[in-house]
Amino acid sequence: MGNMIVICQKEMKSYFSSPVAYLLMTMFAVIFGFFFWNVVGYFVFMGMQQQMGGRSFPMNLNEQVIRPLLSNVSVIGLFLIPLITMRLFAEEKRSGTIELLLTSPISDVQILLGKWLAAILMYGAMLLVAGLNFIFLFAYGQPDWRPMLVAFLGLMLQAAGLLAIGTFISTLTKNQIIAGATTFGVCLLLWIMEWVSGYETATWAKVLAYLSIVSHFESFAKGVLDSKDIIFYLSVIFFGLFLTARSLESLRWRA
Amino acid sequence: MIKVDGLSKRYARTVAVDNISFEVQKGQIVGFLGPNGAGKTTTMRVLTCFMPATSGTASVAGFDVLEHPMEVKRRIGYLPETPPLYPDMEVREYLHFVGQLKGIPKAELARRVAEVSERCSVADVSNKLIAKLSKGYKQRVGLAQAIIHNPDVLILDEPTSGLDPKQRVETLELIKSLKGDHTIILSTHVLSEIEATCQDVIIISKGKVVATDTMDNLTHRLKGSEAVAIEVEGRNGAELATADVQRKLEQVSGVSRVINKAEGARLRFEVESLQGRVVRAEVARAVVESGWNLTELAPVSVSLEEVFLQLTESKK
Ligand SMILES: Nc1ncnc2c1ncn2[C@@H]1O[C@H](COP(=O)(O)OP(=O)(O)O)[C@@H](O)[C@H]1O
Ligand SMILES: [Mg+2]
Repeated sequence: MGNMIVICQKEMKSYFSSPVAYLLMTMFAVIFGFFFWNVVGYFVFMGMQQQMGGRSFPMNLNEQVIRPLLSNVSVIGLFLIPLITMRLFAEEKRSGTIELLLTSPISDVQILLGKWLAAILMYGAMLLVAGLNFIFLFAYGQPDWRPMLVAFLGLMLQAAGLLAIGTFISTLTKNQIIAGATTFGVCLLLWIMEWVSGYETATWAKVLAYLSIVSHFESFAKGVLDSKDIIFYLSVIFFGLFLTARSLESLRWRA
Repeated sequence: MIKVDGLSKRYARTVAVDNISFEVQKGQIVGFLGPNGAGKTTTMRVLTCFMPATSGTASVAGFDVLEHPMEVKRRIGYLPETPPLYPDMEVREYLHFVGQLKGIPKAELARRVAEVSERCSVADVSNKLIAKLSKGYKQRVGLAQAIIHNPDVLILDEPTSGLDPKQRVETLELIKSLKGDHTIILSTHVLSEIEATCQDVIIISKGKVVATDTMDNLTHRLKGSEAVAIEVEGRNGAELATADVQRKLEQVSGVSRVINKAEGARLRFEVESLQGRVVRAEVARAVVESGWNLTELAPVSVSLEEVFLQLTESKK
């Protein structure tokens, strides 16, 4: 446990002592802000139209602002995750510091958990900065915070799975650009796989759609905790971390 | 302290280490000598639990590297061929991190960091980014990292490679000064470095141990015979027959062999002496007394390759 935290701290310092963390947070905040004000603007516009038309539909911040917004966020995250994980092991392999880690009295699992945890914290920090926009909603409306919390949990679970896969891919190469590009490709694939379900109903299409990481976010975005989706994300996390552990082991053989 | 028995390591195609065995006693400083590709790094990586061997066993302080890797890792300080440094960390921050990795208790950490910084003369750059340090400093930070948890065994892989001569000497001095506290294995492909630093030598070539001996014995064996390169010229531009000169040199007492190394019109020879004989003076006198000019006389330094040849030949 202590060792894992040592590694995690080191990675966090590394994110924040380089431009990476600030770049990620700024990029995410800008893109998120853009979506946010678009959706809010549309919401306000609709509201005014309704008033002028004299009709009154129930307007709901959660349904009409927060839900579409968070679905977008889950996709934006796909694009930023490679930037978070690409360095984790590739750089240690390139610079030779992997020899220090692997010859210290600390287990491979502690190393990879520490790094993965740092990646999750980095992603969380990104979400929090962007989430500051929500203060506005609380100031001018009464959104229900519970579905927001569920959605946040969903985003974190989804990211944790993708970050585990990214961590694994980072163990495969010395080149962080290759690690990043590959992770990006995998993330993209896991997203677009869902699209086949739009026109195809065969079993293979259902399987692909099931494996698509984004499709499991739907329930969270609605504010519903669905155990099927939670289990899916936990399986992705376990799978990614398991592969990382095996990869480190084989790295010792090939070195 | 270190025991290696029948160790082999095979990569996909190459056999890097082939059935080697040796032992290192506590408190010794041992040189691990061999040309590039001999298998030094591979052996060290097995000892430090970085990679498992294909067959054979190795143990450190009585702990087998496969069965008790944690115990072994706690007792080993390792400086890989490229020092494992994080360029974006400051020196103190880095040593602090390594100290934590090696399990030094929180209460002692700051004190240990200060101690090893002092010991390795990097205290004056404690607050500098590692990226900004010179090669010599980086190497010393690498050494500080290796000794921070006061390990029983120090494994140093080519600690002087890539340094300039002054830095080399300083680094070797530093390593020598660590001798009392640690058992040290130090690898290099430079013979003279081992001469200056180590008591014992393990010579490895193409994955096999070709000799283990004390430094004294080894230098004795190597210094047993001497070779000098000479260049001879006729006086006042007179022509000389190569065969005449060679015959004359071979007659000098103590000479075992004369090799013709003519370069164009220049008459050059390499003269080898019998075991234990110094023939430079006699050779010079013979040349001059024959009425020739001796334009050059220089000792031929024994290269590592020749050492291997000598050692492997004398074994047969
Ligand atoms: N990761 C590796 N994969 C394949 N072959 C390797 C690897 N590392 C070293 N070798 C080979 O093993 C042999 C010994 O290498 P090494 O232990 O690095 O020698 P040294 O440190 O004495 O120069 C060399 O022939 C080298 O090419
Ligand atoms: Mg080497």
